[in-house]
Amino acid sequence: MNAYRRTAFGLALFAAVAAFGMRAACAQEAEAPPGQRWSFAGPFGLYDPQQLQRGFKIYREVCSNCHSLKLLAFRNLADPGGPDFTEAQAAAIAATFQVTAGPNDQGEMFQRAGKISDRFPPPFANDQAARNANGGALPPDMSVLAKARSYERGFPWFIVDAFTQYQEEGPDYIHAILNGYEDPPAGFTLPPGAQYNKYFPGHAIGMPKPLSDGQVEYTDGTPATVDQYGRDVAAFLAWASEPKLDERKRLGFQVFVFLIVLTGLLYFTKKKVWHDVLHHPELLEPRPPTEYPKS
Amino acid sequence: MSEHSVYKPEHPVMRWLERRLPIAGLVYSSFIVYPTPRNLNYWWTFGGILTFMLGVQIVTGVVLAMHYTPHVDFAFNSVEAIMRDVNYGWLLRYLHANGAAFFFVAVYAHIVRGMYYGSYKEPREVLWILGVILFLLMVVTGFMGYVLPWGQMSFWAATVITNLFSAIPLVGNPIVTWLWGGFAVGNPTLNRFYSLHYLLPFVIAGVVVLHIWALHMVGQNNPTGVEPKTKKDTVAFTPYATIKDAFFIGVFCLFFAWFIFYIPNYLGHSDNYIPANPGQTPTHIVPEWYYLPFYAILRAIPSKLLGVIALLASIVLLAFLPWLDTSRVRSANYRPLYRQFLIVFFLVVIGLGYLGSQPPEGGYVIAARILTAYYFVFLLIILPLLGLFETTKPLPSSISESVLREGLSAGASAPPPAKA
Repeated sequence: MNAYRRTAFGLALFAAVAAFGMRAACAQEAEAPPGQRWSFAGPFGLYDPQQLQRGFKIYREVCSNCHSLKLLAFRNLADPGGPDFTEAQAAAIAATFQVTAGPNDQGEMFQRAGKISDRFPPPFANDQAARNANGGALPPDMSVLAKARSYERGFPWFIVDAFTQYQEEGPDYIHAILNGYEDPPAGFTLPPGAQYNKYFPGHAIGMPKPLSDGQVEYTDGTPATVDQYGRDVAAFLAWASEPKLDERKRLGFQVFVFLIVLTGLLYFTKKKVWHDVLHHPELLEPRPPTEYPKS
Repeated sequence: MSEHSVYKPEHPVMRWLERRLPIAGLVYSSFIVYPTPRNLNYWWTFGGILTFMLGVQIVTGVVLAMHYTPHVDFAFNSVEAIMRDVNYGWLLRYLHANGAAFFFVAVYAHIVRGMYYGSYKEPREVLWILGVILFLLMVVTGFMGYVLPWGQMSFWAATVITNLFSAIPLVGNPIVTWLWGGFAVGNPTLNRFYSLHYLLPFVIAGVVVLHIWALHMVGQNNPTGVEPKTKKDTVAFTPYATIKDAFFIGVFCLFFAWFIFYIPNYLGHSDNYIPANPGQTPTHIVPEWYYLPFYAILRAIPSKLLGVIALLASIVLLAFLPWLDTSRVRSANYRPLYRQFLIVFFLVVIGLGYLGSQPPEGGYVIAARILTAYYFVFLLIILPLLGLFETTKPLPSSISESVLREGLSAGASAPPPAKA
């Protein structure tokens, strides 16, 4: 029997080693983004409203020239668990945007100042216009971008992540892309119009380097570096893609407290109920004989 | 049935009802006095957990359906609207999406239990076959549900899986066109998937009733595989099984809540947050984790038709386990050889799951072929032969005897019974 156990163990070990070896052989892709510290990581991590406001500033001044944010409305800026703008501030921000409305009584579409109930207007009328203005590349909508991007974690990290609650692949990736522009290594030929980015799959990215140090003005003393910009805008996009994260984690804690108490009570009740069966079978009520079909 | 197990209503209203519809008596005999073997371990709580999960999926699903729009132009955004604008919509959706995964966690545990303790053997063949049918229904329902958010993985999973039918000779392509309701995966496909995704859970609920009915005809198996013989071998369903099930549902919910509240997107694929785009194929199309072993089997076979046959056979063969397994001994605890081969089989399925998540190239394909070979060799050759050649350990004469023996030999791992 021991021989079989050893064989089984050997087989399992062989499979694990083989799988690991193949992983290494196949891992010739883009570099893994370095992990950043996020205020919203972990079981109690929540968004930092100041950071979201800075990130929004970057989106508005830089990203929004090419990237839409179609699923968000201006009212969301004043939602709890978000950038914490007041309703008046959100309305004022909305008013700085021009949105297409209509048709009016003459049947014409017209431009008007944005209202708090409007969604963020896209920078281009349609995908074709967006491609045309960006050398054929389509700048993706940013509403759920932070959840739509990830990178290969590989074994054993994809298992460890379930325990450490690592859910910030998207923000890490976005931060890395913004900081990953460099000169292509010797022998790497870039297609026309593309830039080299060490974190982008395939390395040839259509987006020109969007941010440089000092480009966006910060008024709260936060360093105006690309590294910091990247973190702030990635945090903003994380919120845009998962606006109910704060609510989710708060409710999650309450649910855990409740479930732990309930399960504990059920455990002790179970112990009490089963005590006699396990230790004093002679005290049990006489029970009818079980009737099963005889085999 | 003896007099103790018969429901005798005392209240006049209940007496009146019982003469017309003996529903209280049915509940009484099925869920209160119903005898369950006293030595069941926690692997036997997954049936209750599965019933609980079916309830969770139906309740959350019905509410989600009130807010979802099954149209290619609106499906993705309507799901996002649920996440953003519906009260607790994020909770409903994460419950439902992770609920599907946990439904499969529970069903796999339930199947492992059945295979390890030989629960499919005579007289439980019909009970087992109903279980395999339930599993197939779950696979189909889960797949259709995954298509509904209409992200990239939804669309391409629908394309890949429906295309499998094109492997059927002669009529393959017309069948695919018929399934799609057009010449590509499109709005008619999404609409019918939505309709069937709403219908099938109720079919599952119906088959669950048959499954429980069959269970109550033959009684539960138990870790010894020896049928209960005397009243000392069983305890009443209530309170013993109910409280044990309730406790373990609590444990299961803790595990479930960890995923819902803290890592809700861990089991999903990030590409499914990109709206479906028929013009752009994702680099790697992968199904949800619970289909990965079968996906690996499909891709391990070079011929498309044979691959589809192997995929189907890998599940359908399970229905024939009662006849493929020739041993008269049920529990693997008394079958040392079977136990080893079975544990390797479970590891092979996990290995296939890993390989299913990897691109089908180089060493991965070779490994998948070796593991696929073991999967079928185990079911078709090892299992029938083992029953003929294996020397099994002596079985306890009854459940109570085995409980007594375990209590004496367990030593430090369990408190000894106060009175032997």
